[in-house]
Order: sequence, then C-alpha cells, then structure tokens
Amino acid sequence: MLHIYCPHCDEYREEEEFRPKGEAHIARPADPENTSDEDWGNYLFFRKNPRGLHHEQWFHSAGCRKFFNVTRDTVSYEILETYKPGQQPTVTAESRQAQASAQASNQGAAK
Amino acid sequence: MSQRNRLATGGRIDRTRPLRFTFNGVSFQGYAGDTLASALIANGVDVLNRSFKYARPRGVVTAGADEPNAIVQLGATEAGQVPNVRATQQALYDGLVAKSTNGWPNVDRDLMGVIGSLGGKFMPPGFYYKTFMSPASAWPKYEQYIRKAAGLGRSPRETDPDIYDHMHHHCDVMVVGAGPSGLAAALAAARSGARVILCDEQEEMGGSLLDSRELIDGKPAAEWAAAVVAELSALPDVLLLPRTTANGYHDHNFVTLHERRTEHLADLAPLANGRRQSRARMHKVRAGRVVLATGTHERPLVYARNDVPGNLVAGAVSTYIRRYGVVPGQRLVLSTSNDHAYRAALDWHDAGREVVAIVDARDKPDGDLVAAARSRNIRIITGSAVIEAQGKKRVTAAVVAAIDIAGFRVKGSTQELACDTIASSGGYSPVVHLAAHTGRRPVWRDDLLGFVSGGVPGQIPAGGVNGRWSLRDAIADGFECGVRAAAETGLTAGTFTLPTVAPVREGKPVALYQVPHTKAAMRAPKQFVDQQNDVTAAGIELATREGFEAIEHVKRYTGLGFGTDQGKLGNINGMAIAARVTQQSIPDVGTTVFRPNYTPITFGAIAGRHCNEFFDPRRYTALHGWHVERGAAFEVVGQWMRPWYFPRGNESMHDAVQRESRAVREGVGILDASTLGKIEIQGKDAREFLNRLYTNAWTKLEPGKCRYGLMCKDDGMVMDDGVTACLAENHFHMTTTTGGAAGVLDWMEMWHQTEWPELEVYFNSTTDHWAAMTVTGPNARKLLTELVDIDMSAEAFGYMDWREAKVAGVPARIFRISFTGELSYEINVQANYAMHVWKALFEKGAKYDLTPYGTETMHVLRAEKGFIIIGQETDGSVTPEDLGMQWCVGYKKPYSWIGRRALTRPDTKRSDRKQLVGLKPLDPQVVLQEGAQIVLDKEIKVPMPMVGHVTSSYFSPNLGHGFALALVKGGSQRIGQTVYLPMADGKIHAAEVVSPVFYDSEGARHHV
Amino acid sequence: MSEIATFNAHPTVAVRAESPLAFSRVTVATLASAQGAGVCIRERALLGHLILRGKADDAGFRAGVESALGVSLPLKMGPVSRDDGRGVSVQWMSPDEWLIVVPAGEDLATEQRLRAALSGHYAVMQVSGAQTLLELSGPNALEVLKKSAGYDFHPRNFPVGKGISTTLAKSTAVIRRTGDTQWELIIRRSFADYLFRWLLDASEEYGVFVAR
Repeated sequence: MLHIYCPHCDEYREEEEFRPKGEAHIARPADPENTSDEDWGNYLFFRKNPRGLHHEQWFHSAGCRKFFNVTRDTVSYEILETYKPGQQPTVTAESRQAQASAQASNQGAAK
Repeated sequence: MSQRNRLATGGRIDRTRPLRFTFNGVSFQGYAGDTLASALIANGVDVLNRSFKYARPRGVVTAGADEPNAIVQLGATEAGQVPNVRATQQALYDGLVAKSTNGWPNVDRDLMGVIGSLGGKFMPPGFYYKTFMSPASAWPKYEQYIRKAAGLGRSPRETDPDIYDHMHHHCDVMVVGAGPSGLAAALAAARSGARVILCDEQEEMGGSLLDSRELIDGKPAAEWAAAVVAELSALPDVLLLPRTTANGYHDHNFVTLHERRTEHLADLAPLANGRRQSRARMHKVRAGRVVLATGTHERPLVYARNDVPGNLVAGAVSTYIRRYGVVPGQRLVLSTSNDHAYRAALDWHDAGREVVAIVDARDKPDGDLVAAARSRNIRIITGSAVIEAQGKKRVTAAVVAAIDIAGFRVKGSTQELACDTIASSGGYSPVVHLAAHTGRRPVWRDDLLGFVSGGVPGQIPAGGVNGRWSLRDAIADGFECGVRAAAETGLTAGTFTLPTVAPVREGKPVALYQVPHTKAAMRAPKQFVDQQNDVTAAGIELATREGFEAIEHVKRYTGLGFGTDQGKLGNINGMAIAARVTQQSIPDVGTTVFRPNYTPITFGAIAGRHCNEFFDPRRYTALHGWHVERGAAFEVVGQWMRPWYFPRGNESMHDAVQRESRAVREGVGILDASTLGKIEIQGKDAREFLNRLYTNAWTKLEPGKCRYGLMCKDDGMVMDDGVTACLAENHFHMTTTTGGAAGVLDWMEMWHQTEWPELEVYFNSTTDHWAAMTVTGPNARKLLTELVDIDMSAEAFGYMDWREAKVAGVPARIFRISFTGELSYEINVQANYAMHVWKALFEKGAKYDLTPYGTETMHVLRAEKGFIIIGQETDGSVTPEDLGMQWCVGYKKPYSWIGRRALTRPDTKRSDRKQLVGLKPLDPQVVLQEGAQIVLDKEIKVPMPMVGHVTSSYFSPNLGHGFALALVKGGSQRIGQTVYLPMADGKIHAAEVVSPVFYDSEGARHHV
Repeated sequence: MSEIATFNAHPTVAVRAESPLAFSRVTVATLASAQGAGVCIRERALLGHLILRGKADDAGFRAGVESALGVSLPLKMGPVSRDDGRGVSVQWMSPDEWLIVVPAGEDLATEQRLRAALSGHYAVMQVSGAQTLLELSGPNALEVLKKSAGYDFHPRNFPVGKGISTTLAKSTAVIRRTGDTQWELIIRRSFADYLFRWLLDASEEYGVFVAR
C-alpha cells in the first residue's frame, strides 16, 4: 500500500484513493495522419518496464480527480517525487547515476 | 484433576480464579492468566500432537509464537471452530475446548505413527512425490488418506456467527513489541509528543520483563513494565493494543495488525454492553516511523530425538516457571552454547526441582550466571552437549558427550543422565520477519550468530532484534530509538532518565547448531530441524546431496520453514546444516526472506466488515423501492441492482420476458434507465471536445437535438457508446453505458488534463442527479400526451429530438431516442422527484396495460434490432467497421479524433476480421449458447479452425424463433452461408448467417 | 442561441420528494434516543447541491463567486467556507472545482446568481438529486470513520472546519469536520443505502441513534 503525495491536494493520501494510469510522458504524435504505422504502433503499444526509476501517471480518482506524475523506484517502491502534468521530473535515472558517480569521486578525492 | 506441575506460589496467574477446560475430550483445570499450553503442562499432559509426516508424539517446545508443535483446533461449537491455534499463545478461558490437529485415530495411538516409526529410510524428503505421484490418476485416492493423516486442522462446517472489522490508523511512531525496548521506545516517543501505537501479541504487555530475574530501579522488572504501561495508557495520543500481532509490514510504513478482541473470553464473541462486538479487528496503520522491538527467538540445538516431549528451549522453561508458576518436569538437563540460557537452570533449581546437569558446549564458561549456577552447586559439564534424548512419549534420559565443534564429531565416550526434561539453547535469532516483508534481505552478523535487519527506510530496530540483548542494553536502546523515531517525524525529545539496571556479565557464546552424534547424521536417530514439517538434519543433507544447494531450494525440497510457524525455530539451524555440508558460511548459503503473515490469521479478520451485504456496494436507483414492491427479480450490473424482469405470479423468467417483449412491441412498456452514465459538459470548446472524443461528427448538432455516438480508444477499438444531447450551444448532456460511466469520465479527464488542457470545457458526473424512465411502444405517445404540457406530435417532437416539459407536474427533459426500435421517450427528472412521476405514469398507463420490463427484455428487444451492447458485442478488439457501423465514423472530421489513425493500420483494415452478423438457427426452437464457438464444417475434426463466437442469443416472441448476434471472421461476406456450433454435449447446431437486424430493418416503427 | 440551458428541476405543484434513503432499512439494533448513544446519524435530505468549476487564479472569477454566494472562495484543500446562518457552504474539491451546498430549493437561484456574476470560462452544474448529506456525531463517531476510511482524522491533520473527499468503505464521500465530535458526510445517491447501512453496522457496538 503506497502512500502518495497528491501535488494538487498538497497532502499524502492512501493508495486506494488513486488509480495507476501507466507510463507518464507518452505524447500523442502531433500529426497522427502523417505518422508511420510503426511509429503509431510504438505510441500505442510499447512501454518501458524499467527495473529502477520509473515515471508513472496516476489519477486521484477518489480525491480531486486530477492526473499527476510519480517518479517511483520499481524495486524499492520508494516514491521520489510527484509532479503535475506538463512538468518534468527532477529525479531521473540519469540524475541519479550522476549523483552516484559524483559521490564516488568525492569519496575518491577525500582519500 | 490435580495440577501436579503447578507451583504453590509464584507466577502471574490468579489462583483464586480456577478455569475448567477440555483437551481431547478430557476435562482439566487451570487458572486465569494461564495459556492453554501452561495449563496443559501444569496438568502433566506431555503429548499434545502427532507430527505432520512421521506422526511422532510431540509436546510443547516454546512459550510463544515460535511454537512448532502445540498447534490445536479450538472451538466448543461447530461454528466456532478455529484451526492452527498455538496453545502457547491461546489464553485460557472457562469452558475452552481444544483438540489436537494431528493424530488419527488419536494422539496416543496413532496409526500413521506405525509407518512413521519405520523411519526416515522409507520417508525421505520428496517421499510423497516419489511414491504416490504415479500413476497420476491414483493420487486423489492416496491424497484422501494422506490428508486425513496429516490433519492440519479444519474449517468450521457452519457459518461463523461472529463479526469482524477493520480500523485505519495514522501515527508518528508505531512500536511493535512491548518488551523492555518496546516499552522504552514507546515511552520516549510519547513523552516527546508523538502519536504512538504500541502493540504486543501477548495477553499482557511486558514481554521478557514478565519473567525476568533482574531488577529495574531496585524493583522487579514487571513492576517497571506496569508503571510504563500505566503512564502510556493515560496519554490521549497513545493507543495500546495487547493481544495484537503485527502480522505484515508493507510499503511506506504500512503495518497490518491482527487484534484478537474476544478470543481470550469465550468460544464465540460475547456481547459487550448488550451489543455485538467484533471478535477480531485488523488494524491498518500508516506510521511515520516503525520501531521494531520484536526481540529474539531462542534457537534449540539439533540433537538426536530432540522432538520427544520434554525437550524445550531453555527460555521457555524460565517463562513457564516464572510467569505461569508451572515447572514442566522434575529433573532437568540443560544443554547450552551460551550464558543466557543458564537462567533456566537457576529458575528450575530455585523452584525446588532437581537440575541434573548443565551441559555447556564451551570449554571454559565464565560469567555472572555461570557463577550463580556454581554457587548453587549445580553440576556443569563443559565442552559437551546433549547428543541424544531417550524416551518415547516423554524424555527419560539425556545422552551427553564431549564434542569437537570444529571437527563436527563426538570425542570419547558417552554418558546417560536420567532426567525427564532437556532444555537447550543454541543462541538467539533476532525476529527480523517484519524487516523482510517488503523484500529487504536480512544481513548476517557473526558477532551475534544471527541475522539482523537489512535496513528498511522508516524502520528502526530496537533492543533484542538489534542485537542489544541484555536487559540494560535493551532498555537503553529502546529509549534511544524512541527518541530518534520521534525526532525523525519532526518532534523534539521529551525529558526522561534511564532506569537503573545492574549490568550482568555474560561470557562469549559458541556457534553450535547441529550437535554431532556418534553416528553420521544419515544413520543417527532423527535430529529434527523443523519439527512442524518433520524436516531432519539428514533430510537437509540429502537435499544438498541431490543438488539443492541454495537455501531457497533446500526449503522447497524438504519443506523447511513451510509450516504454519514459518520455521521460526528451524530456519537458521537448517541453513547452518546446509552451510556445513556444502562447506560454506551461513550467509553464503543464502538469506531467508519472510512474508506476511507473521502468524496465521483468520479469514474473518481479513474480510472484516466487507462480507455478506457489504461484500460489494449495491447501487440503487430512485425507483428501487417500487421495483422491490412489484416483486422484480434483480441482476447486478456494474454494482447497480437493476430489475432483470418482473414476474407476474408464478411466471418463469422465460415467460415473463416473452410477455414483456410482446407488450413493448404491441402496447407500451417502461424501463428504469437511471443507471445509464450521465456526464454534463459545459464550455465553449465542448463541441470540439466531442468531435475529438467520438468517432462521428458533432459540429452541426443543434440545441434540441440528440445524436448517438461511438467512442474508440486510440487503438481504434470501440470502448463505449451512448446518446449525447445538445442542450445549448456550449452545453451537452452525454450518456454512457451503465458499466462504463466512471471509466468514460476518467478517460475524458485524462485527455483534457494531459493532452488538450487548452480546450475550455468542464465535465462532471450527473449520473445520480437524474432518474431516467424509458416509455416505449406503439402507445407511448398516447400515454405521455396525458401527462405532459407540450405538443408531442411527430411534427413538433421528432425522432432524435429532446424537449423540456413537465411530466405529471415535474420538470423533465424528454429525449426521443429508441433502444427498442419502437416509438420511445426517455424521461429524465431530478431523482428526488422520480417516484412521483413513475407512479403517475402507472396511474395513467393502466388502461394501456403499461408493462414494466427489465434488462433481459431490453436485451431481447435491442438484439432484434441489431443494436450492440458494449462488453457483449465488443471486447476491446472490435472496430466500428467490424460492427458494421461505418455510418457512425466521421473520417472527414478535421481533427484526428481518438482512434482515427489506428483505423487505417493494416491490421484494422483486414477483410477477415471478425465482423458482427446475425445467426438464425435452422431449428427455430434452438437458442444458441452465448460464447459458443462457430466452425464452418459440419464434420468435426481436431484441430479445426474456429471462425467466431456467439455474442448475444435469445428467443424472440416477436420473430417466433431463436436468434443470435455473433462475431464471425469475414462475416459480412458470409450472409446466407450455414455455420455450425458444436456444443459440449456433442450436439451440433446449424445456423444461417444473416443480417444482424432481425426486426423492422427500415426503422418504420420508431419514425411515427 | 443561448450558450447554457439552465433548468428548474423543482415542480411548482405539490409533489412528494424522496431522499436517496427513502427505502433504506435499518437492520441493526438502534437506540430510541441520542441519550447515551456513542454515535448519532441524521440525514439532512433534499438540500441544494451544486458543482462550480472555474479558474482560481482569475480574480474576476473569485470576486464573482464571493459576491454571488456571500462567502469566500477557498483556494486550497482546507477549511470549508460556511455561513451557517444562511445554510451556505463552499468546499474546495480540486484546483478548479468547488462543491456548494445551499438550503433546499435554492439551487437554481444560486446558479442564476453565479451566472449573473461570472463570465468567461466557468461552469455551474446542479447535482441536488445526486447526493445527500449525513450528519455523524457522538463520542464514537471518530471510530466509525476510522473503520470506514484510510484518511487521517486526527485533529492535527483534520481540524474542525476542514473538508476533504476520500474513500468511504468501498465507495467515496465528502467528509467535513464541523465540531470535535461532529462530522458531515456527503454521499452519492446510488451508494447512499450501502453507506448508510455500513455506517450503522460500524456504529452498532457503540450504541447508535438514527434521527429521522
């Protein structure tokens, strides 16, 4: 049972108030009629399934009925941030890796 | 009955409150404060059970949740039967009735024991699989007897009359376990102003303080526990939950607790204040921080025949003596690898019974407790261990030998010490279960010879589980963790001083798990690792030899840890044996992961209040009371209770539906259509939104008009349909299917919020605001004309128009739309006024024999017209064209509406897609089965291609024959062909492929 | 051509209105009076309920709403704006949605006042038939809520005045705290019987009085 911070309500709520809506940041191609069958198929059917950081869309169905995005670690289930549609995540797999390597080099420097 | 093992004084039992109870049909007496186990021990009952596989006699081993053997079936009444109850945790109450779960015909003379006694040679791990699994057809017969012999308890055959419930909580600090560190942590957090929940699985809070020999602030430890509990219970933001097991630890500090509220009182929950109370309650706690103060489980040593009744873990001996005032025997031999277990011998001696010897695996034991034993002149045999117990239904002697731990061998000769009880201790395993429930693996610590928490965010292990084992350390660590927990939730520490506890010096323990025997493990008498699942050291050795080297494989092959006790006693010993045999370290063999629940929990507690009428919400329309009075049969549609049909007298469903169907076609009928989803849409871009959402065009729909629309997902597959009315230029009233209502609104919100936020439009559900009644049939207009204040003529109020009117004085929106193919009006009024309108319609409708009809007749009538039902004719793989509904697809709309692009993908353009057709059985009396598969050939061969399936099928009184709708590959090209439907009973039905519109294909009947 | 079709749902002749609980049965043991009851449940039936949608960051919208309703427009989750004397309340539901409750029969007049005061992109919808209000009170009302919903009802998180929407049993509800031991629940018509009887069942052990 996740504890999810709704960025619209500005509160933590229990998971049962929400519905997961799959991967976030899937943009519908701007000009569908001039999108190739393959690209349209990718948009419709292909999703990431990462082990680790994932950006997901959630819906606060029993609360404010607003959509928002969640950055969640699919291994630990830790939620690192939630943010509104149209916003970009501040925590990404890349930013995490950069942070980890920065820490490693700091430790190296300390030695 | 005398309680021959009961001490005259001492313990926390109330000797002025004797209680009677029955075990295996024999009547006994115990005292208030006893557990069932302590009362049985007091009465000298040695054999409580037979073991699972070998049917060996078994007695009590522990005094708590880790008990593998003393598992009973509880219940004085059939309805109150509860299996899998640990006698060591069950409080005694007057009239308690318990039975052994194993033993056939009974525990003292067990038939399977004969097979079991033939020994491990005949029943190694995998015995059942290897022996009984072939031929596979015979297994059900074997299973019948094996299950009976195994007897894991049984569920009640009568309905449980008790009630159960759930309760949600939020707190800053959840403390699991009310022993020394748990109480200290709760106190520190509470004094810091935290909202605290403290739960403990026992009857009384205090844990090891209740049987401790030590003093706190110069007073017995139990007094300090009582004072802390008193202080906590006076605080408003502290919730104390005794008899409550933290059974599951879930993500983000969500803990599930199982509170047994009445199981210490009676067989069935008694009334409280004259009212029903729940028997058990599941608490669902969301905590800022969780302090795990779950303590340790003592590991028994693994020696030969260590399962004979009279073998106990050392700490349990102390608990029974000090807490319950019972001594589990007369003469004790203690076999230990550590100092702490010496308490058992001291307590036994101080209770006035004989300690034959302490057998210590260490060469030079040295500590305060060892000194205390020496000062009592207790014999200590060093460098040695009990290698075998003797006796059948009770220990008669201990075989002791000097051992070489590193070489895993017995040194020199053995000696037999006559005794009736052997207590053993191989060290202490931190109870890390709750730290592992979310998948975090525990970490081995060589200094503790045990696993500790791998570190879970938001979780703080305190005291014993954290390797802080002495009372002094446990309390100090508890305080520290309580303060830390409060601080981490943003509070500042309150004031307190640590209580004084004199330090106890303990010597270093030695790592000893399986004790060597004079014979190799495979040939020695059985050395039990997991008593509940009858897993032996030899079995584990065999498993590793057969190639199961990882502990997870060993567990699955042998059954180690798969009992209802989850191997609380045996897991570490089992890993140590696998490690020894494979010459690895314990952590190299693997770590073990635990899963909820920590102890078994009843289905009642899991279900809580969500059963019977509350299992799933029932939704009702404003007209429900009338339907009930009229004797409607109901069906559940998306949680709604909808009238299915309205039988007259003893009419069958078939007859009722035939009558209702004819009434609509020949006279006038009425349907409660309130369950249809309704969404109100306002905003200047409402029309544009509809254009993008629906497959058809909405640009030209004028106020006063309605239109049917289809919705697809972006993959081009039909997801919902319904009629939407233009109320005003920027104002629409949408209807959806009954089951799709919530999903369609969410769908609209998703597109609006995440793709097209620039569109100025708002939508909200008005499903429950409006009650809707469909008046349909040739006499519909005549009837309504008598009740409305507007011109109902075809010229003034045409097909697919809507009008505002008063019906029986109530303002209404009337939509002239038809799902039956007849002249139809759907009257919408504010739901609070619906009953008045409905009854007025029946008053005026009597002369037309206005017939209420239900969903079944609705289905027949719409199917006669070839109208689809979402979810029946569609399943997420059907395009508008598959349904023959090209007329409803606006390819010329400028915006690429949802689904548009996918409809030009090659797959959606295939000519052999399944398409909607009608089926007319060649035998007019046949009603095809919905879901029946369709083939092209009358001759059945295997395999043969299936070309489709029946989606809807009914008998039509209006057509005079059965008919069906079906999805058939290339169906639109097969009109006129005969197809076949082979049925499970061997019959093969033949049907002609026809147009899906069976009735009034010109639509003349509703254009009147 | 008008842009929005307003609708007076109320009859001008005498018509018996039925609340969503009109046919609900009470199947638990109840007390004869509030005396000694742990929980009291009372329906405030047939009130006017409206949904307001609009842009909270539009000053004109805010001023228009406040002039039409005579109470402030809450701009985030938290206290419900109320004028108990006039029986008017406005609750934040979402960044662009509010629930307005007014006395019985005043829904259309409220809508008309709002439409007169507002312009641009907004919406007003009547939902008076769609929901009903229950008052839940008594020393054990909190326990009943805790049995029914996962929200944190502690005063630190849920002070008097606050309103939220959340799950209730297997349905949903708007929940407002009107006093230390007093609550308002606004529930959907179709779920009203289920929730009403759920609350009664959860209240039974404390002694429950149903005010009719």
